[in-house]
Amino acid sequence: MTSETKQEKTVLLDQDGHLANREDWSEELAQELANIEDVGELTDRHWKVIKYIQKEFDEQGDAPSIRKLTKESGVSTKELYQLFPKGPAKKAAKIAGLPKPKGCI
Amino acid sequence: MTQFVTKEKTKGLDEIKSSKEPIKKVSLIISKGSLDGVYPGLIMGNGARMEGIEATLFFTFFGLEAIINDKMDNLKVPTVGNPAMHIPTMLGGLPGMSSFATKKMKEEMENLDIPPVREFIEMIHDTGAEIYACKATVDMFHLDESDFCEQVDGIITVGEFYEKSAGAEIIFT
Repeated sequence: MTSETKQEKTVLLDQDGHLANREDWSEELAQELANIEDVGELTDRHWKVIKYIQKEFDEQGDAPSIRKLTKESGVSTKELYQLFPKGPAKKAAKIAGLPKPKGCI
Repeated sequence: MTQFVTKEKTKGLDEIKSSKEPIKKVSLIISKGSLDGVYPGLIMGNGARMEGIEATLFFTFFGLEAIINDKMDNLKVPTVGNPAMHIPTMLGGLPGMSSFATKKMKEEMENLDIPPVREFIEMIHDTGAEIYACKATVDMFHLDESDFCEQVDGIITVGEFYEKSAGAEIIFT
């Protein structure tokens, strides 16, 4: 809790716990979601992944596979698992304000 | 402070998180050496890590081919003895049939962004999963550590496999 008075805001989630409406997403909200997911303070490397999957989602209609993500974003598999421990694909999508990814890989 | 609510409004965030007891750890045994025999285990292992589940992969019998340096790039799809291929057995046995089926399957997998075996093993290892070879098979085939790709964390006995699988769901493929 910060000392500033913040306006109470209500955000709707889908049944997977991801944002129901992408319009609710903001960079500040991403940080709040990251805190809930135990990802912690979002760094430039986190943002690189988040921005990339948002772009990919807009173009393809789904979050990218981990293989594509690591090849095209320049973040290695190892680093990805360090940035978003315990489930990088799902967590990154959630923080990015996107639905749960549909892919298996 | 943002308050997060779900669509049904009956479940809070904590409830979503704890509604079902999640699987925490899986141990996958990969015992077959054909391309189609190896992939299910690899996909499930990688998929487990993607879900935040710990994963250990144990390669045994012909499954070892997937982690042997000289073999792992050349796994094949068998075209004989598999009714689901829908090729008459006599035809399936003709030279080149298996190579053809393998080529087709590899193309399909590439389209789905499923990596080739070597790249997949590297990727799975990078996710933090552990990869082991079965000692009994290694001895039977007269292999040693130098025959395996560098991602293999060790050659272990079945007893050690069970020790490492403590608390895990064991899946045989």
